[in-house]
Amino acid sequence: MSDSNTVYNYDSKVEGDIIFSRLDAVVNWVRQHSVWPMPMGLACCAIELMAAGGSRFDISRFGMEVMRFSPRQSDCMIVAGTVTYKMSEVVRRIYDQMAAPKWVVAMGACASTGGMYRSYAVLQGVDRIIPVDVYISGCPPRPEALLDGLMTLQKKIGREKSSRKLFTG
Amino acid sequence: MQDEFLNGLVESYDYLEKRSSVDWPAVNCPPDRLLEFLKMLRDVRGFDMLSDLTAIDNMDELPRFTVVYHLYDTQKHTLIRVASNCPEGEPPTMPTATGLWAGADWHEREAFDMFGIVFSGHPKLTRILMWDGYPHHPLRKDFPLAGKEVDLPAADVALATKEKVRPAPMAGGPFHSTPGGHMSESEPRGNDESWSEKKEKPSG
Repeated sequence: MSDSNTVYNYDSKVEGDIIFSRLDAVVNWVRQHSVWPMPMGLACCAIELMAAGGSRFDISRFGMEVMRFSPRQSDCMIVAGTVTYKMSEVVRRIYDQMAAPKWVVAMGACASTGGMYRSYAVLQGVDRIIPVDVYISGCPPRPEALLDGLMTLQKKIGREKSSRKLFTG
Repeated sequence: MQDEFLNGLVESYDYLEKRSSVDWPAVNCPPDRLLEFLKMLRDVRGFDMLSDLTAIDNMDELPRFTVVYHLYDTQKHTLIRVASNCPEGEPPTMPTATGLWAGADWHEREAFDMFGIVFSGHPKLTRILMWDGYPHHPLRKDFPLAGKEVDLPAADVALATKEKVRPAPMAGGPFHSTPGGHMSESEPRGNDESWSEKKEKPSG
């Protein structure tokens, strides 16, 4: 039985399994490779998003295939499509329901800027209501572009000072 | 055969007028006789399906608003177009056709949403495309395509984001595609792209 006074001496077997690193690097490595996307599919971009999830393009090769349709279980919202003002309320509310840390990808021209819909009904870029981390160009972007965007997001997560706000949010 | 049908119709109902049309027979009908005429078309002439219901904004002409009904005969496969001018005054009104075709419900809500036409007797005349509480009717000719500044649909989102519904930057638009030519030339673009959100449109 060991108690709190027990002194452990590191033997070589245990020491061999120890890796020194920065907390940021460890936390970011974990976050980076288990991105759970929330598919906010609003228009034709969502079709490309689905294609990216299918076997041909296979998003799971990069460790982010666990699409969750509940915001409470996901940490990356992929806004795929045209955000109308009527829908903007829903997008914002779902974003608010996601637990931190969370990221947003604006997929395609409409989500990024309003795209070709210069109209009274369309929000001119989802970044007006939620903070966007990665913008993907295209109308709609090909699945490869989405994969590239998500890998860019992974790199961005890797650069974050995550340990500073680990306990504060 | 269509002419025959149309002439017969106009002769039988003296309140009708012929309406110019490039395809199917079309008539103008005064709004106070509209429902009885539509009911006759449905029950006697076999136009059993309301294919479409929409509205026209004539802007500077009087009367300003016209409601258009497209009726379809599912046995003979023919169409008829019935147009009726709303009486003057704001809001423009028209009797509802939901009593004749249940499918008129959403069409009338759309015409109300986009043109502000009030269909009297409609069971629940609320907006169908824009959100409840939106103050304008966007397909009216005096409403700009870019929109007008109003509050966002949700007050708490507006408070958290400090955002509003803002007129869209047209930047030389409205964007439109041109037929023919290479794709790089024909894809949607504005007429004048020399100005943008950051660079003001030169005045005069």
